[in-house]
Amino acid sequence: MTFLEYAPAPESTSILSLRDDYSLFIGGEWVAGGGERFASISPSTEQQIATFSSADEGDVDAAVRAARTAFRETWGPMSGRDRGKYLFRIARILQERARELAVAESLDNGKPIRETRDADVPLVAQWFFHCAGWADKLDWVGLGANPQPHGVAAQVIPWNFPLLMLSWKVAPALAAGNTVVLKPAETTPLTAMLFAEICEQAGLPAGVVNLVTGAGETGAALVRHPDVDKVAFTGSTAVGREIAKALAGTEKKLTLELGGKGANIVFDDAPLDQAIEGIVDGIFFNQGQVCCAGSRLLVQESIHDEVMDRLKERMSTLRVGDPLDKNTDVGAINSSEQLERITRLVATGIAEGGEAWSPACELPKEGYWFVPTVVTGVEASSTIAREEIFGPVLSVLTFRTPDEAIAKANNSPYGLSAGVWTDKGSRALAVADKLRAGVVWTNTFNKFDPTSPFGGYKESGYGREGGRQGMQAYLKAGK
Amino acid sequence: MATTKTQTKAATRTSSRLDVPKTYKLFIGGAFPRSESGRVTEVTDARGRFVANVAKASRKDARDAVRAARKAQSGWAGATAYNRGQVLYRVAEVLEGRKAQFVDELRLTEGLTAARALTQVEDAIDLWVWHAGWTDKIAQIGGNANPVAGPYFNLSVPEPTGVVAIVAPQSSALLGLTSVIAPALVTGNAVVVVPAASAPLSAISLGEVLATSDLPGGVVNVLTGDPAELAPWLAGHADVNALDLTGAGDLDWVELEQIAADTLKRVIRPEPGLPPETPQRILALTETKTVWHTKSRL
Repeated sequence: MTFLEYAPAPESTSILSLRDDYSLFIGGEWVAGGGERFASISPSTEQQIATFSSADEGDVDAAVRAARTAFRETWGPMSGRDRGKYLFRIARILQERARELAVAESLDNGKPIRETRDADVPLVAQWFFHCAGWADKLDWVGLGANPQPHGVAAQVIPWNFPLLMLSWKVAPALAAGNTVVLKPAETTPLTAMLFAEICEQAGLPAGVVNLVTGAGETGAALVRHPDVDKVAFTGSTAVGREIAKALAGTEKKLTLELGGKGANIVFDDAPLDQAIEGIVDGIFFNQGQVCCAGSRLLVQESIHDEVMDRLKERMSTLRVGDPLDKNTDVGAINSSEQLERITRLVATGIAEGGEAWSPACELPKEGYWFVPTVVTGVEASSTIAREEIFGPVLSVLTFRTPDEAIAKANNSPYGLSAGVWTDKGSRALAVADKLRAGVVWTNTFNKFDPTSPFGGYKESGYGREGGRQGMQAYLKAGK
Repeated sequence: MATTKTQTKAATRTSSRLDVPKTYKLFIGGAFPRSESGRVTEVTDARGRFVANVAKASRKDARDAVRAARKAQSGWAGATAYNRGQVLYRVAEVLEGRKAQFVDELRLTEGLTAARALTQVEDAIDLWVWHAGWTDKIAQIGGNANPVAGPYFNLSVPEPTGVVAIVAPQSSALLGLTSVIAPALVTGNAVVVVPAASAPLSAISLGEVLATSDLPGGVVNVLTGDPAELAPWLAGHADVNALDLTGAGDLDWVELEQIAADTLKRVIRPEPGLPPETPQRILALTETKTVWHTKSRL
């Protein structure tokens, strides 16, 4: 065995006790859906994990009615203190079942166990803990005294962080006194089902949390349901646009967390070792399937070659493969459709004059894989500098002055995240001021915290999740 | 021509001297151009007598206004909160000195009594003063430090959304206009506003006040004309970040909201009963920016 080689260290799946098939979770009951059943497969092996129900319009209606009843009869009238206690209970159970959830998430999504274990699941528990404490303190959210919940919240979440996105949606909604109907993504419904079991375990009143699985039509039926008061969506800008259109003229409140094309700006005085780690974390975390990924690297021209050399060296040490192996850095792409999209966009980038580089790397025979890739010589007008790739592909552009860096960073219809790397604090703050992005990370990247608002400018959507501002999205001013 | 006839009629109102009727033009980029389309609308008083011709803005004027707003926005947002507060207070001062003109215009076009017109003008002045005081406070109630679980300095602050297109309330022309423009200006947005179609005079006169109140040219742009004609262009314009439909209750605002969805604009829906003096109006036209900065471990 040579340097940088490791023996495999796979996490055992014996901790899981999964069912072969899962139903919908409506009004505290497991009910079969009216739509066709579908299977979720493990992206790293293409093996079926379990089958799931598709909710048709009737099921969605039943779920919304269950949520309405719970809002009217139990969750709405309940004291903030008691609501908080239920959320604390859930947070504790999430911590106690952390390892099981991490394995299930990694299996279903394809992301490395290192990330589910150290990032996703701890954040999920933290989110519930944080929001639990808000439940009896809503007068201080910033909407004046006695703010009111909207009622029934319809929530549709993506496949890149299945359980984390569930916690970002469910925890603040429940803390504010809303009841929820949530639709997980059709390729990653597994941990939502485990969450339903956790709600049962916590003794959460029936109908407070309802889960409907299915594809796009189920989500469309949910957000369009006339008895829904609030819609929260995380996903693509295209679908966000459709939802905004569908909700025009209704009384429904809407928050959207959509796509991004984050700029990661590296100045010539940046601490390079940290910057290289930040660049890698910014684009290869979760196989780049992150809406706030630092997918456009803007490097000051004078250090371009040095940064590229070091980056390639670092990328050569990334371990791609079995997501359940604790040594794995980069796991599987979530679905064959997503793999096809990434492949197509990279081909376009090369056709438009970009030069692609990837480390030598042997990929598993089964499953969906894409080697970490960096594309240099990218122009601001290139397709891969403008379109969200949602994969482990970094586009590299250069700049000479801070003004040019800011102009290039802002030259996008998106505005979700940005990174700034420089040793000069005054410059970091001045650049952060001018970036049109909802989150700016200075000398770090891809950090999340339930106390910290997250969300976009421009076509990256509206509203914030996390912190006081995130709680406001689930409340209206009291009369 | 009709104009000659009506001007004669207007002239006979004051017997001692021949008065000078004002030509009301658009307010774009700090200047007062006519509409590029050459169109005007005749404004009459409550008794149907001619008062003035008002420029009728076209799609091209709307585009020019958006361009002027975009150009001015970063400078206005970059001014200190103290400076923006001074300018907004200056608007109140200048308006106070020109009260009589606004009272006359409101009496003429909205048929108000002198007393009610005066109350409305004074309420509008007070609303400018109220907003002037918010510029250096809104970040303190809209933003905060976040105690994240890690070695980071983490701060969330409200920032202006950018260029805001507004359909102003169709009643109480001056007060309605102030209630939508001022909150947008507090944090540093630039504005393209379509004032009440029935009473456009005070909107252009307000433009003259703004032009002499140290507000940088282009920060507020006033497009008199037909809201139903102009609003869809503004709702669909890709360089407009937010659409305030507060005064669009009479239009097909559902359609406007659908058009705005194409570019995922922030939309403020008509919400009757929302008091003019609430920080929620100001915060509705902001984005929250969160900056994380590493802290060393000592």
